[in-house]
Amino acid sequence: MATCDLTIPISEDAIRALHVGDAVRLSGVMVTGRDAAHKYLIETFIRADTVPESERPLYEELRRLLRGGVIYHCGPVVRQLPPSQGGTGWGWEFVAAGPTTSIREEVYEPEIVAHFGLRGVIGKGGMGPGTLRACQEHGAVYFHAVGGAASLIADAVKEVVAVYKKDEFGVPEAFWVIRVEGFPVVVTMDSHGRSIHSEVEAASREALEGLL
Amino acid sequence: MNDLVGPFVELIRRAATDLPADVEAALRTAYGREEPGSAAAGALATVLENVALARAHSTPICQDTGVPIFYVRYPQGMSTRQLRAQIEAAVAEATRRAYLRPNAVDSLTGRNSGNNLGVGFPTVHFEEWDVGARLPRPYLRVDLLLKGGGSENVGAQYKLPYAPPGPPASGGSTVPLKAGRDLEGVRRVVLDAVYQAQGKGCAPGVLGVAIGADRGTGYVHAKEQFFRPLGDTNPVPELAQLEERLLRECNQLGIGPMGFGGKTTVFGVKIGAYHRLPACYFVSVAYMCWACRRAGMIVQGEEREYH
Repeated sequence: MATCDLTIPISEDAIRALHVGDAVRLSGVMVTGRDAAHKYLIETFIRADTVPESERPLYEELRRLLRGGVIYHCGPVVRQLPPSQGGTGWGWEFVAAGPTTSIREEVYEPEIVAHFGLRGVIGKGGMGPGTLRACQEHGAVYFHAVGGAASLIADAVKEVVAVYKKDEFGVPEAFWVIRVEGFPVVVTMDSHGRSIHSEVEAASREALEGLL
Repeated sequence: MNDLVGPFVELIRRAATDLPADVEAALRTAYGREEPGSAAAGALATVLENVALARAHSTPICQDTGVPIFYVRYPQGMSTRQLRAQIEAAVAEATRRAYLRPNAVDSLTGRNSGNNLGVGFPTVHFEEWDVGARLPRPYLRVDLLLKGGGSENVGAQYKLPYAPPGPPASGGSTVPLKAGRDLEGVRRVVLDAVYQAQGKGCAPGVLGVAIGADRGTGYVHAKEQFFRPLGDTNPVPELAQLEERLLRECNQLGIGPMGFGGKTTVFGVKIGAYHRLPACYFVSVAYMCWACRRAGMIVQGEEREYH
């Protein structure tokens, strides 16, 4: 188990060098997205014949942010700051921002990894065989954040750069573009086909059978 | 009736931003048991650091502040309608102050109400109680549980006798689980629930189990178990024995913190038994994440005490 620092955007070489169990501290700009966001990405951009004109600016922006980038399964608690406290002139701060359960996005994630060229997905609980395969094929990993570690992770969020779809999706479901420093995660699914989640499940299943 | 909106906001703040001492101590013990340098130990170290930070900043321990579930015990003559109105006002205010994340979503339109109020949201259970015999003045007791969606999703209800449905779509075979209508059957399905949950409920967790009752109240009773101190002993000897055995056996599954593999998968198992219909034998398993956020308060005249 190694520890390293990575800056987003991340190169394919850097991702291929990671293995399950590695602890990583991430810095750079990432985007939050959970249930509504994933459904939207798939239906409006990836599986649509044409991207509607009204959604094109957001599509271009997300393509720029996600190329070599990271999507974070998170629905934060945010606080609106008066402009005087905004620092960068932007009026939001993250108060609590731990990961949400990732498996709900399994039906969407492989296509999103492929389409946008993601290098990492952050969440909790792990994902399934589709995402694991996409990680192998496209050079990406699943980073596990500590579920519930919301204050600590909010401390790593240094700036809220932008927010999209807040009114339409609600605060937890919006795309929050955030700049982080030293965001602590563990690689639990790597680009070489290994998943801690399936290994622990298999071992616990054997233990369960012994107890029944 | 006194205006209790302010005290209710304080109750919510305490529940959202701090952990009960017994829960934090259990997490510390769990940390000490994991292999130094392992992913499990790292996860628990992060958890403990996070708890300290949340307390210092007075910000939510976890961003999923969940469904606020209130259990209100009130003296005769108090208006539950007024109490509900004050609880709702406090929930909206606590959301405005960012102690709670707006979590109430319209199931038909998908719109988030923005203030944690909605149809059947928050959950409030009322029960009139008579404490006059023990205390000079009647008092109100309000307990609050903040239960996040990740742990709520891994709760499970079994109907005994139980045998698993056919093989899963993923192609694997099912665990050869058969559970009859007795405590051995209860033990088996609780182990299955913990296995199925893996790390997805933010392990290590606490289990609240209700044996019997109807489907709806089974889960209500299961969640009431979370208010028991972790170190207490069930007054019913056979349940005490089952709690102890399940605590040991759940941890033998090796799922560990966050499902990374490790020694502590659950740090509490609390079981209650209720009467049931002759035809029904439900086992309701509620799973509480490591952030077992419970807080309570007692109101007696002008005095308020939080616990």
